[in-house]
Order: sequence, then C-alpha cells, then structure tokens
Amino acid sequence: MGLSVRLKKKVNGFSLDVEWEIANELAVLFGYSGSGKSMTLQMIAGLVKPDEGFVRAGHKTFFDSAAHVDVPPRERDFGYVLQDLALFPHMTVMRNILFGAPRVSKQDKLSRAKEMIEAFKLTGLEDRYPSEISGGQKQRVAFARALIRHPEALLLDEPFSALDNPLRIEMRCFLEEVRKKFHIPVILVTHDFYEAAFLAEKIIAYSHGEVAQIGSLEQMTGQLRFSREQLPY
Amino acid sequence: MSSNAFFSMRLSLQVASMATFFVVLVGTIIAYTLARKEFRGKELLDVLFTLPLVLPPTVTGYYLIVVFGRNGLIGKIIYEWTGFTIMFTWYAAALASFVVALPLMIKTTRASIESVDRNLINAAYTLGHGEMETALRVILPLAKKGIIAGAVLSFARALGEFGATLMLAGNITGRTDTMPLAIYSLAGSGEWTQAHAMVILLTIMSGVFLYLANMYSKRGT
Repeated sequence: MGLSVRLKKKVNGFSLDVEWEIANELAVLFGYSGSGKSMTLQMIAGLVKPDEGFVRAGHKTFFDSAAHVDVPPRERDFGYVLQDLALFPHMTVMRNILFGAPRVSKQDKLSRAKEMIEAFKLTGLEDRYPSEISGGQKQRVAFARALIRHPEALLLDEPFSALDNPLRIEMRCFLEEVRKKFHIPVILVTHDFYEAAFLAEKIIAYSHGEVAQIGSLEQMTGQLRFSREQLPY
Repeated sequence: MSSNAFFSMRLSLQVASMATFFVVLVGTIIAYTLARKEFRGKELLDVLFTLPLVLPPTVTGYYLIVVFGRNGLIGKIIYEWTGFTIMFTWYAAALASFVVALPLMIKTTRASIESVDRNLINAAYTLGHGEMETALRVILPLAKKGIIAGAVLSFARALGEFGATLMLAGNITGRTDTMPLAIYSLAGSGEWTQAHAMVILLTIMSGVFLYLANMYSKRGT
C-alpha cells in the first residue's frame, strides 16, 4: 500500500512539477501558501486535471496521461478532508456520514455508519446538524465521513488550521489514532512547522511548485525529532 | 361577487398553478444548466430566456402566436395532426403565463445555485457521487430557498399576467377571462363595484405571495 504521483500543471502563470512516492505512512506536504500543496491534493482526488503525469495508489492507477487514464473523482478511492470540512449543512451528522458510504446494501451502510460513530466518539450526536455541534466534533464527523469507505489513502488539506491551539493539539493526537486504526497512507497539507514536526513520518517540502526536499524530519533538519514537550504549542 | 367573478378567480388560480408547475420544472433545469455548465452561446441563451421580462407582453404574445398560432411554426403541425389549436383556450393563458414567469424563476434559481459552496459540491464528488446525485442531494436542497422564492414569484407573476394572455387566449367571458382580463372588461363597461372587488382581491393575493417569497428568501436552510 502506498501512493505515488507525478504531476505537471501550468495554470495562470503558476507552474507545478512534482514527483514523489510515499509508503503506508503519514507524509506532510509542507511549504508556503501558493507553493502548490492544495492543488496537488485536488489533482490526486481528481478535482483538477494535471497536464501530465500519473496518480497511483496501491495497485490502482487513477490517472495516467500517457495511457489516457482519468478516473472521475467519484470512483477514486480517497478520503478527502478540507480546511472548511465541507460538512453538508442540510444533513444531520448521521446523514453526512452515510453520504460517504460505499454502494452497499442499506443495512451495511447503517452498520458501517454506526461503527464510525462509535469509533469517532460521536454517539448521541447522530441527529444533530453541523451547526449544532462543536468544532472538534465537526472535525470528527468529517473524518468519519471520509473514512467510512475505507479509502486507499487519506488526503488532508489543512484540516486543523482554523482551530485554536488546545483543540489543534488534541486533533493531532486524534490523527495519530486514526492512522493506527486505518493503516492507510495519509497526506497532510500544512504550513505549520510544529504540526509537521509532530506528525510527519515523511516530509515533502514544496517550494515554488517543485519538491525542494523530501525525507524524514531528522534527515531534513539534521536534528532529532521534536519531542512533544519541546513544541511551543 | 357574481358567478363570473368566481369563474375568473378560479381560472386565474388554475392558470397560475399550471404555469408555475412547468416553470419550476423547466426553470430549474435551465437555471442549473446556466449556473453549472460552460458551453458556447450560454449568455445568448440567458438573454433569450430573460427577454420576456423586459419585452412588452404584447410582443411576447405576438411571438407566441407566431410559434403556437394555428398557422404558427409549431401550432400548424399540432393542428394538422390533432385538429387542436391552443389559441383562445385556457391552455393558451397558461402558456403565456409560463413564458412571462419563466425568467423570474431562472434568475432567482440560477443565483441560488451559483451561491452553493464549491467545496460542498467537490466534497460530494470525492465521497463517491456523480453529477446527478450531487445535484439532487446537495446542490438543489441547498438552493431550496431560491427555488421556492422563484416559484412563489412566478406564481404571483402568472396570476397578474395580462398582455400576452390577451394576445394568445383572447378575452372570452366564461372561457379565458382570468382576473386581470375580467377587470379590464369590467372597467371598460363601467361595472365599477365588481371591478373594485376584484382589484382589491388580486392586490391582496399578489401581496401575500410576494410576502411569502420574501419570507422564504430570508429564511435559513
């Protein structure tokens, strides 16, 4: 299990040209805003079409410009969580989670949703609307909805950046738990160095639309990984 | 109120209901297409559907005669095949109301579909749903306010339709005289008491519908 991509795209004077590969690990896409991190995730998810390249996860090819493969987003097996979470405001917590369920029988969908609700500590909130739950709970709903299909990989586009510090730290621990539970590659886009330092098994540093550096934090900084106590927040 | 007045009121409601039913159906599809699709001639299409909003209703009615009249482009074919012509029937009144109310539905619905958060639509795609399902379960429910407001506005507009109806359906007492047409006849023949009553009734009805449209546009999803 892993994910490998090569993506080339020119749009409005910005040029992205990246190639990287991750195993079943948590990789952080790190870099200034505007360096092409979010666009990379959009291309992996199939929302933006690269000019050239490929997207492969496990044994599946979702995009390959040379072989003219371009699987539509709905058939790509990725869990995608955005900064604003994109929870459907007109659906309850339960319906939001069910919306991510694969095409199985209604019974199976329900039992999967119940499993997710339990796993993500959302019991009792099933009938609430997103506007009626807290920020941390919303995050958990978004993760449950993205993971109910057991995707090939999880794509996270700065999902914690709108949270205040205590909650952000809580969510980092939560993400580690998610990794342990689902054993799938996770790509986390962030421009928060401490988040990267805390979570990353691999860091892919972007600069001006290219991969500037790739490796573990130790390799990249020449230092030991930060311990939790050393982080300022 | 006389039986004629009751007939006019019932006919008006019947015409406006039928027109609104088709306006919602057709208008939503057109609004969705204009809001979400890119194709050549899109803005031209928008202009075409908006024209009845600004053209004098007599001109719209004239075009309708050219198309649907007994010798019209489509009307001729229908007449030759079935012996039926829409001219001077209550269906003509409904068709006229449909055409003049359609732009209101399209404008309101298009704006509300365009205002649906792009991220929510993308989320639906990445969660395994195709365009049709995303439209039915995410986009249209979130644009509901605009769709309902558009429907109510269209109903109010259809209720008040006069010019195009006169051209296409005529003003035949007991057959095609909707309230606005009946008021015209009553005023023309000096029957002021009846005209007064119907004018007040139509004003109140339209006011109520506009109020409802406003309420829906303000209400949260």
